[in-house]
Amino acid sequence: MNPVIKIILQRLALGLLTLFIVSIVIFTAVNMLPGDFAEAILGQGATPEAVAAIRRDLGLDQDPVTRYLQWLAGALQGDLGNSFAQANFASFVGDDSGVRTSVAQQIAPRFANTMFLAGVTAAIAVPFAVTLGVLAALYRNSVFDKVANVSTLTSISSPEFFLAYVLILFLAVLNPLLPSLSNIYADMGFGERLQKTLLPALTLTLVVTAHMMRMTRAAIINLLASPYIEMARLKGIKPMRVIVHHALPNALAPIINVIALNLAYLITGVVVVEVVFVYPGIGQLFVDSVKIRDIPVVQACCLIFAAAYILLNLTADILSILSNPRLRHPK
Amino acid sequence: MSSVPWILGAIVVLLAGGWIMRLAGQKLTGNKPFFRDMPLAVAFGYVLGAALVLFGIWFYFQPAVTQDGVPVASVQFFRWAVQGVLIGAAAAYLFRLVGRVVGTAGSRKVFRQMPLTAAFGVLVILIYAFLAIFAPALAPHGQEQVFGQANIVPGGNPALGGNPDFPLGTDQIGRDILSRLIYGAQNTVGIAFATTVLAFVLGGTFGFLAATLRGWMDQALSRLVDVLMAIPSLIFSLLLITVASAWVSGFGLTVAMVVIIAVIDSTRVFRLARAVGMNIVVMDYIEAAKLRGEGLPYLIFREILPNATAPLLAEFGLRFCFVFLTISALSFLGLGIQPPLADWGTMVKDLSAFINYASFAPLAASVPLLAAGAIALLTVAVNFVVDWMLNRSSGLKD
Repeated sequence: MNPVIKIILQRLALGLLTLFIVSIVIFTAVNMLPGDFAEAILGQGATPEAVAAIRRDLGLDQDPVTRYLQWLAGALQGDLGNSFAQANFASFVGDDSGVRTSVAQQIAPRFANTMFLAGVTAAIAVPFAVTLGVLAALYRNSVFDKVANVSTLTSISSPEFFLAYVLILFLAVLNPLLPSLSNIYADMGFGERLQKTLLPALTLTLVVTAHMMRMTRAAIINLLASPYIEMARLKGIKPMRVIVHHALPNALAPIINVIALNLAYLITGVVVVEVVFVYPGIGQLFVDSVKIRDIPVVQACCLIFAAAYILLNLTADILSILSNPRLRHPK
Repeated sequence: MSSVPWILGAIVVLLAGGWIMRLAGQKLTGNKPFFRDMPLAVAFGYVLGAALVLFGIWFYFQPAVTQDGVPVASVQFFRWAVQGVLIGAAAAYLFRLVGRVVGTAGSRKVFRQMPLTAAFGVLVILIYAFLAIFAPALAPHGQEQVFGQANIVPGGNPALGGNPDFPLGTDQIGRDILSRLIYGAQNTVGIAFATTVLAFVLGGTFGFLAATLRGWMDQALSRLVDVLMAIPSLIFSLLLITVASAWVSGFGLTVAMVVIIAVIDSTRVFRLARAVGMNIVVMDYIEAAKLRGEGLPYLIFREILPNATAPLLAEFGLRFCFVFLTISALSFLGLGIQPPLADWGTMVKDLSAFINYASFAPLAASVPLLAAGAIALLTVAVNFVVDWMLNRSSGLKD
């Protein structure tokens, strides 16, 4: 078998194994909770019968291993269980048929929203960061390089909510160009949706640009001392062409790697930004569920975040293998 | 999109300006190489930079209050930002100047080679340390003290609803914001510092242990760390805090958060400590110590640790930033440092609604930004210093 395919298959298997173990960790952590949701919602005056009824209703009376296997089997089929908060509401009303929303139904639209936000961010941030990095490498040690360096370092070390509020202040309150609240509906046109997503996407762009830009600059500058760059210069090629045509293709491996890692970072950064802008994404649902301890939703969100994180790290790994000729053509 | 023709027009004007500037430069300097070899794009960049600076100066001297006495908020905020940057730069410059004259020969040499950003970083860290240590003496009121009047406007002008006793006003339940900001230095920075130290003690000890013992111990610890690192840290800490909140609340939850974040962050320290330790355990002096019959604690703390301090210290600065930002983010989400302790992340969350009043009450809107800016300033400062140290040791140059 081709060694590259072999390596990639190994990495994929390793990724799946990691995901499996992570799901065990998540499930165990959640099930360390003392008492359970049934006691929590019924309060101190709960009768044993009522507690038992709710437990049976939510499947809390089975042993942990059975519940884990059921949860895992369900999750693999896209069924993430029922939200406690929703189940509670349904049984409270007394109408238990058809009212309850499953976690999957709750998460699906929000997951799509978060993906949209991450997509818009990536579409802005990646070209911006790479261009900035190439320019900084071209005009290295100039005023432009120093300003870009200091400002990206400042933006990466500020907390997300600081950047978010500064952007709200200047782009939404003082100069009302963009809406500061991202209330997104299902049947919204693409243009309007984009407009409402732009401010959170800009915030996330500021957060992730610095790392990618610095990596691009460092990777290119590292190559500039190589003999073939010297040759290209001596041929009299313009500096811009030397960098874009000769240095950049060889610097792609670390750049692609850092882009994938930053997209993985977006997954966590999205939580705070969604809360600031009240963006109806999965991060906000996660924080809300953490606050009311809605276990199935917390579990499902954690699993999705972890899966996305592992997947992106895996992509970074595989792309850096593919872009390395020494690994593609081993001796 | 009525702004598109304006932007295009501005680009054309700037390009023409760049072309004229280059031509003028060539003629005036007798075709010096600097102007002769300048591409049009670079000339455009110079003209754009000059135009932005001129616009900034013009905007700075616009009236901050209209004739009717209504504040022009955007000018006011721009002035504050410019003043902040200028004062920061001037203070850093003076600090570096003082450092170059006062002190031992070694410290003077360090200051001579220091870039301005690093001097700024060191100065800010010193100020934060001072504030954190002397917070009870510096703060005019207690952090938990509730006063009769809530939501006093900052500025201390009674005609506008302020109170000279509370220069930055009071928050939604009537606590002095200035005092809480100062105490925040003690709580937020102190808790983040303690968490980082705990993470280093945990990660460092286990990392060196894995490097020294090898075998199944190393395998078990490393695989455990792999699994813990596969979950995004903010998500994992939120999950564990959910679990912890079932047992404890208030101050106990703050302690639980410290432990949770320390454990999660110690995985990153473990990786570094193990890698550094691996390189040290193969040294001859470790072999000699083993043959002398020294015990494991002696090996780890007296032989390996002193030789691993340098890389661990640089990592400490970066780790502190991450921990500090994570704790602030958790507090901002309402799940980090719990009231009544004053904390910057919580303050931003509580006061954030004031930002919407920015156009007619710039002072009130600046208060949540002050708390958020306090967090940003410290992390920026630490990053400047670490960046300088890394640059000095690695020397990434052309």
